[in-house]
Amino acid sequence: MLIDHALFIPLFAIAVATFCYSCYQRLQLVAVGSPENRFDQLGVRLAGTLSFAFGQKRVLARPYGVNHFFLFWAFMLLLIANGMFLLEGLIPGAGLNRLPTPLHHGLALVFDLVSVVALASVAVALVRRLFFAPAYLENDYTSAKSGEALLILALIATLMIAFFVLNGAQIALGKGEAWQPVSALFAGGLGGLSPAALGGVAAASWWTHAVVLLLFMNLLPRSKHMHILTAIPNCFLRNLENGTVQPREEFKKGARFGVSGVDQFTWKDLLDGFSCTECGRCQDVCPAFNTGKPLNPRRVIHDVKLNVLANGASLKEGCAGQVPLIGEAGEGTVSEEALWSCTTCGACLSICPVLIEHMPKITKMRRHLVQEKAKFPEELLNLFENMEQRSNPWGIAPSERAKWLATLGERPFTPGQTEYLLFVGCAGAFDSRTKQVTVALATILDAAGVSWGILGKDEQCCGDSVRRLGNEYLFDKMARENVARFKEKGVAKVVTQCPHCFNTLKNDYRQYGLEVEVLHHSELIEQLIADRKLRLPKKASVGKTIFHDSCYLGRHNDTYEAPRQVLQAATGARPDEFGRAKENGFCCGAGGGRMWMEEQTGTRINLERVKEAVERQPDTVCVSCPYCMTMMEDGLKDVGGEGVRVRDIAEVVAEALA
Amino acid sequence: MLVISCIKQVPDTTQVKIDPVTNTLIREGIPFIVNPYDTHALEESLRLKDTYGMRTVALSMGPPNTEVTLRKACALGIDEAILLSDRCFGGADTLATSRVLSAAIERLAKREAVGIVFCGKQTIDGDTAQVGPGIATRLGFTQLTLVDRIEHIDFLKKRIRVRRKLEGRHEIVEAPLPVMITVVRELNRPRYPSVPMRLEAEDATITVWDNRVLQLDAETVGLKGSPTWVSKIFSPQRDQGEIIGDGVHDPEGTAGLLIEKLMSKDLLAV
Repeated sequence: MLIDHALFIPLFAIAVATFCYSCYQRLQLVAVGSPENRFDQLGVRLAGTLSFAFGQKRVLARPYGVNHFFLFWAFMLLLIANGMFLLEGLIPGAGLNRLPTPLHHGLALVFDLVSVVALASVAVALVRRLFFAPAYLENDYTSAKSGEALLILALIATLMIAFFVLNGAQIALGKGEAWQPVSALFAGGLGGLSPAALGGVAAASWWTHAVVLLLFMNLLPRSKHMHILTAIPNCFLRNLENGTVQPREEFKKGARFGVSGVDQFTWKDLLDGFSCTECGRCQDVCPAFNTGKPLNPRRVIHDVKLNVLANGASLKEGCAGQVPLIGEAGEGTVSEEALWSCTTCGACLSICPVLIEHMPKITKMRRHLVQEKAKFPEELLNLFENMEQRSNPWGIAPSERAKWLATLGERPFTPGQTEYLLFVGCAGAFDSRTKQVTVALATILDAAGVSWGILGKDEQCCGDSVRRLGNEYLFDKMARENVARFKEKGVAKVVTQCPHCFNTLKNDYRQYGLEVEVLHHSELIEQLIADRKLRLPKKASVGKTIFHDSCYLGRHNDTYEAPRQVLQAATGARPDEFGRAKENGFCCGAGGGRMWMEEQTGTRINLERVKEAVERQPDTVCVSCPYCMTMMEDGLKDVGGEGVRVRDIAEVVAEALA
Repeated sequence: MLVISCIKQVPDTTQVKIDPVTNTLIREGIPFIVNPYDTHALEESLRLKDTYGMRTVALSMGPPNTEVTLRKACALGIDEAILLSDRCFGGADTLATSRVLSAAIERLAKREAVGIVFCGKQTIDGDTAQVGPGIATRLGFTQLTLVDRIEHIDFLKKRIRVRRKLEGRHEIVEAPLPVMITVVRELNRPRYPSVPMRLEAEDATITVWDNRVLQLDAETVGLKGSPTWVSKIFSPQRDQGEIIGDGVHDPEGTAGLLIEKLMSKDLLAV
């Protein structure tokens, strides 16, 4: 007899019990997190799960992802095979041959072929890890050649080989499946053995397969391969909001602000930790990590997981954890400098194959530092005071807000008469370089006959920087005041030249009940050109252009085409692209409040970006954001690229006006 | 031992305009802030609280809306905030102001010994720098002005050693407590209020002392007690400047012209 049921059944029971117990332990740890509803919009969630998990959409965004795609689907199909296998072990007489013949043969064939695919994928993965591992697989706590990764690959390979040897021996004994061509090859190899020896080989293979399968199952919840269990749910439970928009906080006495311990994270934040496979793609695209800052988004997620593993037991009992979440960098602890290094560019969010949310966790921890500890890089003290007292980052008198209008005359927003509120933004109103962009935009709007007006000295900062920096208290005040003013003035349409104002008004203020049409100037100009309201008879003489994506316009708001279309209309040629463009665009370094901080560790993010630009030999780098403008202009000076100009798309369009 | 900070609510002067017709300050719609130098006075008193556990009191004389400023002080961690407010205190010059503040400090001193009174070196609206020294004089405290560092406090011998920031030099001086110290910006970096502290401060008690409490002769306070008054406020006329050279097309030549000009006015030493 091939299978000793009396031996297998208790073994199986123990394995399942320990597996369930491990999963239960992990789930209990996830349950330490605070509540959050991730079960709304089920249709959208299911569709996303199909595309991200089953379609492996983001895994396939990189060429090597194909290998994972095959392995994933091989796994899905072999899940049935292994289910059948376990049934055979549990119930005497159970097996494929109990199914209707066509199905029986069909499945036998599929399992046989798919096992080859799985074995091939494992071989490719092994070779890649050992000989061609990309740099991002490695970092200070994980290695491509780590024992764990190699063990898992070896176990999968063993499962496949045992499967073939088992089936081969069965075929050689005349008891096998007819529709298993690959196993038949193995049968050929075993042809010389006696029936008794074949029986021994079959039994040994069966037991090898069984034991490895149960071992593999038990390894999952205790390793990074837990993603095999959690990745699909994690895709289903993904954040459907804009990644920059964090939940509001309620400012009442006795409340906690931000996150200082893992139990203040939501359960979904904690599930993220158990869904990470440590693939390293987030690390590969992070501008902070790539320029030598102490931030590694993968490490943040890993530390959240280590922290909950270390503190879970005491947290479940309602006691404080032993390992601090924020502090001296170490296992389970994120350093403050790492938190302040984030530009909130969202590259990590948009690359993660299983939709882990790195950046929101960073903002939540910043909220704690700023609001409960009043602890932040000292440059930010001025920013916060200026924002609070004069509602702009520089602390310039609000009465200066409309000065850029000098040559255009007064243009107040009149309720009921003016169509568009031009939300000038702090840079547009105060920064001498960006004021030129504001004038260009105003000229374009006038040329197209758009009815527009400004709030002048009554305009206040949108609060983007303070929110990303974690000063939610101040943001809350600014947002409430701005939304009240918009409502009082009956604003229905807003146009901004700054993607940060744009994103804040469009997405953040929705939390404050503001439902108005917010357009970035690239979108409005594109519309005006398409509607033939804006005619560009000349071609702007800006030479060869290259377009740099703003993170807050592009990645965070999915607007990639409008600025490119606008540039094409104004110059007659589509702008050149950076090597890293659109979804893969590389941040200028100024988002997330980094605009107002020194950048002393490592190299400068903007230098990395301008070097990339200079390699493409453009005459003009085109931008659509005041921060990008500053960072590109400063960077070009530093790399000796003075010959290259930086222009906002509005300036290019203004040059093409008659 | 008490450490007291005298703070003033001032209009944000970067936003103040002068009415060209009446020559008075247009204060309408101008936000009020804590006099910036006073924020350093508050910070230093809080540091003494953190280090030595001294009790901190913030004092401010002003109209009832000055409460906002005192709440900010509470949000930073001040133990007690007292508003000195009475119609008869209004319109005070620096002499009358220092009388009211001194009376309040004397009243506090009856409860607990006062060690240090901190004031900003001056306010950004009046710019007189007289109120601090006025308090020291009225109370008979040693006055230590323009302090940029507290070197040492000896509580047993009741002495304090501080560094004064003077034009081009520093001066280290020692004095017996109690003292009145006026502070410069270099003394410290003011802290930022945490949100829990701000929320606490929203409900903090702001004690109001009017003249029924202080019992000062009404003739010596406010407008009546003020020997100085402002007869006129005006913006000085500025001569029209001139544009020399062409900075766009000839930046080097223009820079040369500028240097010549500055030299001719003896503004650049060779």
